[in-house]
Amino acid sequence: MIAFDAFRDGETARRLAAAIAAEAQPGRSYAFMEFCGGHTHAICRYAIAEMLPANLRMVHGPGCPVCVLPVGRVDAAIAIAERTGVTLCSFGDVLRIPGSHRRSLLSAKAAGADVRVVYSPLDALALAQALPDRQVVFFAVGFETTTPPTAAVLARARHLGIGNFSVFCNHVLTPPAIAAVLGEAADRPVLDGILGPAHVAAVTGADAFAGFARDARMPVVIAGFEPLDLLQAILMLVRQANSGAARVEIQFSRGVTAAGNRAAQALTAEVFEPRAHFAWRGLGQLAESGLRPRPGFAAWNAETRFEIGDPPPEPRTACRCAEILRGLAQPADCPLFGSACTPESPHGACMVSSEGACAAEWSYGRGRRRIWKELR
Amino acid sequence: MCLALPMRVIEFLPGEMAVAERDGIRKEISVTLVPEVAIGDYVIVHVGFALAKLDPAEARRTLALIAEMAAPGPR
Ligand code: SF4
Repeated sequence: MIAFDAFRDGETARRLAAAIAAEAQPGRSYAFMEFCGGHTHAICRYAIAEMLPANLRMVHGPGCPVCVLPVGRVDAAIAIAERTGVTLCSFGDVLRIPGSHRRSLLSAKAAGADVRVVYSPLDALALAQALPDRQVVFFAVGFETTTPPTAAVLARARHLGIGNFSVFCNHVLTPPAIAAVLGEAADRPVLDGILGPAHVAAVTGADAFAGFARDARMPVVIAGFEPLDLLQAILMLVRQANSGAARVEIQFSRGVTAAGNRAAQALTAEVFEPRAHFAWRGLGQLAESGLRPRPGFAAWNAETRFEIGDPPPEPRTACRCAEILRGLAQPADCPLFGSACTPESPHGACMVSSEGACAAEWSYGRGRRRIWKELR
Repeated sequence: MCLALPMRVIEFLPGEMAVAERDGIRKEISVTLVPEVAIGDYVIVHVGFALAKLDPAEARRTLALIAEMAAPGPR
């Protein structure tokens, strides 16, 4: 048995926090970036930041797939959904992402488009089989964790010869986003370590992160999502930073290996190929950072079927997501945070999903002490 | 949308599907991506797919290491 609850023990959490406070050197500061939106969510939900010493800061990163999807891709999805005979489906959060003029897939649905929520890409394929007279499009969004499931469904659609199904692919890769944040830009955030995403690494393998330790001299700890996972990983980062080390350590050893899930990697490589460039909200065009179906899957590629071109550059708005995604601003720095922009009525993408920095901070800003009490 | 959960595989179904369970909740998942999975294994489930296996022995080792790293308690 795995005692999952043991990773939420409040007393051990406090003692880990005490160890972090004892080992963090008073003469310096520490800034660690959590790349994954799942970590952002967990850090806010369990009020991890409040347990850390004043000279240790967690910086939110660009690892929320809903947040990094550029407006142009949302607009393209809306345009597909508005075509006659099309049923477009995606995950619930994706339907709420604001595109141009604050239109979303949900507002397109309200205006009459056939837009549906699915829990899994399997449901999308099942929908195509159930609706043979409709063109069913799965609006695929996500990092390395969500990509292999889409690949599996595309392979199945081709195998079964399901002609009324296609995928609007927006899958992106974690390492190029990390590289872009660490990058060369003069205003890049000053970081002392990276909290690496365990579920992404379970697929890619921890080795995918080795370059950041080796070339950028950045300590990396691949961490799980429970409170004790996070606190142990932060302590491991403090120890690496203190000793001047820069290596990849695996805190989430129960699910992550150096090589990752070979079957998932093989299926992904069979179905998808890298695009030369892909546009990210906040990070701009990044080389080899996005995937598209290989030519053998062109018949199931919505971009081919509906002739979707490259999106125009991002419009400028008051939303500060772009800086938040690069670790240069915090949600509270945005004048719209909690006033014009709330999870019920998101102005920017970071307020849509519970893994977005703005939504996570807003939702748990008040309720979090109560949650910890439940765990104690 | 990225939240993934650990679940336990309790039954195989046709078409590389399986029933997985957690806290009494059962769900049908695809095991296409974890061909080596066996009944009783823990897996990380994300958007209806098992993404990777979880190793119970490693989970225990991590908990033991956490107990070692944590500052001594009041008792
Ligand atoms: S609070 Fe809203 S508008 Fe401001 S940065 Fe966050 S998502 Fe954008």
